[in-house]
Amino acid sequence: MKNTLEIKNLRAGIGGTEILHSLNLTVPKGQVHAIMGKNGSGKSTLAKVMSGHPDYEVTGGDVLLDGESILGLEPDVRARAGLFMAFQYPSEIPGVTIANFLRAALNARRPEGEEVDAVEFYHHLYAKMDLLKIDRSFTSRAVNDGFSGGEKKRNEILQMAMLEPKYAVLDETDSGLDIDALKIVSHGVNSLRGPKLGILVITHYQRLLDYIVPDVVHVMVGGQIVKSGPKELALELEKKGYDWVEKDLVAA
Amino acid sequence: MPKKSPSARRNGAALPAWWESRRAEARRRFDELPLPQRKDEDWRFATIEAIRLDEFQPGAKGKTPEAKLLARSQPPFAVAARAVFANDRLVRIEGAEELAKQGVVFEPLATAIEKHPALLQKYFMAHPVDLGAQKFAALHAAHASAGVLIHVPKNVELELPLVSFHWIDAAKTAVYPHTLIVAGENAKVKVVDFLGSTDSKGGGLACGLNDLLVGPGAKVDYVCFQRWGTAVTSFQLNSTRVEKDGEARSLFVNLGAAYARQESRSTLVGGGARSEMLGLSVGNDRQEFDQRTLQCHDVPHTWSDLLYKNALDDRSKSIFKGLIRVAPGAAKTDAYQNNRNLLLNPEAEADSMPGLEILNDDVRCTHGATTGQIDQDQLFYLMARGIDPRTGAQLLAYGFFEEVIDRLPDKKIGEAVRAAVAEKFAAMRPKGKAKVSVRKPAVRAAKASQAKKPPLKGLKKAINVRALQGLAK
Repeated sequence: MKNTLEIKNLRAGIGGTEILHSLNLTVPKGQVHAIMGKNGSGKSTLAKVMSGHPDYEVTGGDVLLDGESILGLEPDVRARAGLFMAFQYPSEIPGVTIANFLRAALNARRPEGEEVDAVEFYHHLYAKMDLLKIDRSFTSRAVNDGFSGGEKKRNEILQMAMLEPKYAVLDETDSGLDIDALKIVSHGVNSLRGPKLGILVITHYQRLLDYIVPDVVHVMVGGQIVKSGPKELALELEKKGYDWVEKDLVAA
Repeated sequence: MPKKSPSARRNGAALPAWWESRRAEARRRFDELPLPQRKDEDWRFATIEAIRLDEFQPGAKGKTPEAKLLARSQPPFAVAARAVFANDRLVRIEGAEELAKQGVVFEPLATAIEKHPALLQKYFMAHPVDLGAQKFAALHAAHASAGVLIHVPKNVELELPLVSFHWIDAAKTAVYPHTLIVAGENAKVKVVDFLGSTDSKGGGLACGLNDLLVGPGAKVDYVCFQRWGTAVTSFQLNSTRVEKDGEARSLFVNLGAAYARQESRSTLVGGGARSEMLGLSVGNDRQEFDQRTLQCHDVPHTWSDLLYKNALDDRSKSIFKGLIRVAPGAAKTDAYQNNRNLLLNPEAEADSMPGLEILNDDVRCTHGATTGQIDQDQLFYLMARGIDPRTGAQLLAYGFFEEVIDRLPDKKIGEAVRAAVAEKFAAMRPKGKAKVSVRKPAVRAAKASQAKKPPLKGLKKAINVRALQGLAK
């Protein structure tokens, strides 16, 4: 389907153990969906599988980006197709500056010989950095090298802002952030919301959803989406706890 | 009538007797010294069969027009002086007259023999080159005529670098580039050598030597870009001597040649003397970079810091053997030695033999060697941003080298190093055909005790001893 990110009956796992059991989810462009779930529910596995991490194997189902399957594609091809993953634990890359890294990533999206113009690049980069309250001196710092937790997450959102994906998955972007950092990151994400972008927010805590208000909330239990509903579902979940959904499941 | 060639000039009777007798002595030494053997500790792991000295002739006539050579000899930064040599013949020298006004000597070796005999008698190859390639040092001494003598007198500080270009410009050619830097008390100078072949895939023999003689309180920065054609056999020998409170910094960028032996020795002879020894190599195909270093702390309160980094693709290979030697009585020595190798391909090989010889208690010395492959988590992260794995691996290799390049105080020279590395990467394999697969990281510790003898690769070729001896005559 056009203008949607679809996950269909996805079965996947690691080391021979299936973690996602026939998971279904559809994120249309222009919306923000949130997945909430306890530790071990398979949230991070879903993020890793979507990004094409080599440690994970897919045993069934599909992931479709605007109707095209991406599961057979290498991670870099998926990214260029328009999928962005904000990682829970972004890698540190010593010696590679943020500026060089972002230029390489932008150039990867352009035909050879049509590299991004330097002046234009910095103009664009500084505007996004100002938005995310990132000091401009960061451009010459190595990617995530020696960054605080908050700096790393802001850097993820900066990359998202620069690369302009069609769909973005934010994997526990709130973990390790204090309220101030959370507000800045959320402000950044909210400023990117719009009809051209579909966002899937994966989180353990309802707190993030006070700042990035979702259109739809999904609850993940045991590698499946067990409940979906409007944003109020997050509050209900916060109040009643995950046991409530699990009991509901047993009752059903 | 036969054309007058520089080799004829060199071998002619017009040369001063003292110089001739030195050369004769060097030829004798060359004949006497044995060829390297596989069992020699100083040649351990080296593919000595790959060292081919036969079939090369010095001073062959070049094929590239002068204007073209000069156009290719443009450093990407402003310079105070430039000398260009092709096949050991002087093509052009610029800037020397201006420097002379400050008392600075920037003189081709061939004419320095007559103009500055006292300097050469005192400093020409006056310090030991003794890390294994003594025979090749003798070969160099017997033939050296190209390259420059640089003398910066007391208290003269030069901001812009002095550069030399040396080209191999014909098949089967031997060249003997020489750079001798003598910095007087509190003098300051930057020197850059560019070694290259007009045919990037060409062969030949290069047997070069550079000595950095750093006077009290003087500062010498030296960078050598080795970009010989990929079939060249190269020797690059260095002896650095630093007096009280002097500072030497050398960077050897190894990108070219089939087999490149690089020896670098720093001797610290005065309190407060400092030497920073840097190396950066990018190997591909079956290139072999053979690096031997020595940090000699002769007196108390001296400092040395060595960092050699190699990135190796395909079936290329690096050998690093380093030694920190602290003399008895050289208390408060502060010495570091670090060799790091990045394997871009599992078939590449890095042999590392760091070493310490400390004859004093009150010192701080550390050494280390690591060999690893591209970090797969880092590569995945780059790929997740749309960067293809080959570009990603190269970006990580740049990052790996940044620690070395960052040590250069001259940012423009640093940029030139980055550009040279980028050029090498671009030439390595056609875009898109490469396969850097995402695989499990495997880290290989490389320590002397753990180093294994590498499997013998290819056919063992006997060195043509007669041709070798004929070369020195």
